[in-house]
Amino acid sequence: MTVPEGRRIRTIVVDDEDLARQVLREFLSAHVEIEIVAECANGFEAVKSVTERKPDLVFLDIQMPKLDGFEVLELIGPGPAVIFVTAYDTFAIRAFEVHAVDYLLKPISAPRFEAALERAKERLSGKLPPPPLPAMELAAAARPPRQYLDRIPVRDGASVFIIPVAKLDYAEAQDDYVALASQGKKHLKQQTISSLEASLDPSRFLRIHRSYIVNLERVSKIEPYGKDSYVAVLTTGGQLPVSRAGHARLRAFLDR
Amino acid sequence: MHPILTQLRRLVFYLLGWIPLAGMLTYLLAVPGRLTWWQAGAVAFPLCLLYAFVCLAAWYPCLATPLERSSVPRFLFTHVVGAIVASALWLLLARSLVRMLSSSREFRGIDSRLSEDLPLLFGTGVLLYLLAVGFHYVLLAVEASRQAEARVMQAGLLAREAELRALKAQVNPHFLFNSLNSISALTASDPPKAREMCIVLGDFLRRTLGLGEKPSIPLAEEMSLIHAFLAVEKIRYGDRLHMEEAIDPAALNAEVPPLLLQPLVENAVVHGVANLVEGGWIRLAVERRDGVLEIAIENQFDPEAPRRRRNGVGLVNVRQRLEARYPGHASFLATAVGDRFRVAIRIPVESDDARSLAGHAPLEKTR
Repeated sequence: MTVPEGRRIRTIVVDDEDLARQVLREFLSAHVEIEIVAECANGFEAVKSVTERKPDLVFLDIQMPKLDGFEVLELIGPGPAVIFVTAYDTFAIRAFEVHAVDYLLKPISAPRFEAALERAKERLSGKLPPPPLPAMELAAAARPPRQYLDRIPVRDGASVFIIPVAKLDYAEAQDDYVALASQGKKHLKQQTISSLEASLDPSRFLRIHRSYIVNLERVSKIEPYGKDSYVAVLTTGGQLPVSRAGHARLRAFLDR
Repeated sequence: MHPILTQLRRLVFYLLGWIPLAGMLTYLLAVPGRLTWWQAGAVAFPLCLLYAFVCLAAWYPCLATPLERSSVPRFLFTHVVGAIVASALWLLLARSLVRMLSSSREFRGIDSRLSEDLPLLFGTGVLLYLLAVGFHYVLLAVEASRQAEARVMQAGLLAREAELRALKAQVNPHFLFNSLNSISALTASDPPKAREMCIVLGDFLRRTLGLGEKPSIPLAEEMSLIHAFLAVEKIRYGDRLHMEEAIDPAALNAEVPPLLLQPLVENAVVHGVANLVEGGWIRLAVERRDGVLEIAIENQFDPEAPRRRRNGVGLVNVRQRLEARYPGHASFLATAVGDRFRVAIRIPVESDDARSLAGHAPLEKTR
């Protein structure tokens, strides 16, 4: 996203501590080209505000109630330029892997803040290249190895659902989206099924088809379906197609 | 000091070991027929008893020529010379013993009969001495391994102590960074408040300083540490943080390990209150009952909150410290039911009445 010459930079500040927001507000008030369009105190509010107000720039705390900063970024997608603000230096690598413009450590120094803002302006004026990949693909890539998701945040318009992975029945690929089936409902999320597969624990979830990932606890049996193909019957009712490769994997699992 | 001589029990076993040797010597002396069995025994047993003490001297050359670090010539030279000297002494002892015995009627003439056995006696003396050398090397090896074992145990103990000290002295640096950021905010908007926060933060840090070295502090001191900590957090979280306390006045002078409860309260803030949009409460209750402190820290939390870093590290630390400090006498139980997290601790009161832990029956151990 680039900001046309002459327009003010629409900015949202997200932090659960009032005083932390206050510092940013104070630093930003010196810049007439900045317009603070919202302040948010938790992850849900942040997703809602970003969706509704379409800011150019977001200052994002990482550890917050409801959703952490990375989950917020995953849900709002690659639109706005994001500057992470946190007391923890341990997330820095992950932050740059999801193409954050900068990473500010608390307590925030004024010169460091100005440098970050300058970088953000360069990104917004198009001088810095925008992130080459959707943020959520990178979020999956940046997850530490062997640490799988225990919940999946999903956005529906401005509101957010959290699906604990234990309650995910299966996922179905639909073009650029995945439909996540949980508790009798389907939630759409903009993500490829392969990146979802990579972020789920392979001992609990299995890719049984080009378009399907199933929660192994939901599989009650496998039945033949026509010549050379199978379906998985789910404990929740319903059936999922199983490819030949998927069938071999599923058998290997069920026989164990 | 020779290890055999330091304990009577060892000496008795050592001398008992010489009885079969004395028996063999009796046999050697009696078989040629010059001495009767009685005469041979009367010579062999006192002689062996004396020689047993002579052979203890082998300890010193063995100590001076350790098996793995001495050259072969030196090793051979030391022990051959030792054997010759010892055996010469052995002959001398035998001669004087026989001379003493020959004055009595039963043993008349054995001195001249025994003089033919002198080469045999000398050889036996050398062999017995070399046997003693071997025995002493075994003794040295046993001693060395025992010392090594003790060193390893000692090292383990020291390492554990150091680890515990480190755990105790731990103030979460992120607490500090966040607090400084809050002060930075207040300097512009509310300078008096900024100053107040500097003071409460300083107060908390000063209280934690040096606590790591103390083995225990009165509960009252730990409570004022917690209050200093909460005073800082209260400025950061404002109305979101509610603390409730129910402390038994009788518990306040009980001695507790320093920084035992503060990390648990910090945990309750970081994993509880901080994750709740509307904030939440923390309840701390301490009761003293029959020489036992019962501590319960309960807090609200959001079961669906995103996972935080350091999750549970504080709890593991506390549990390990209790286990190391009151082995088998303390209990630690952490439970999460619905949106409530509760840590229950029971530790023996080791305080004002100066009674030892041994007086308390072991508490049931949980987890």
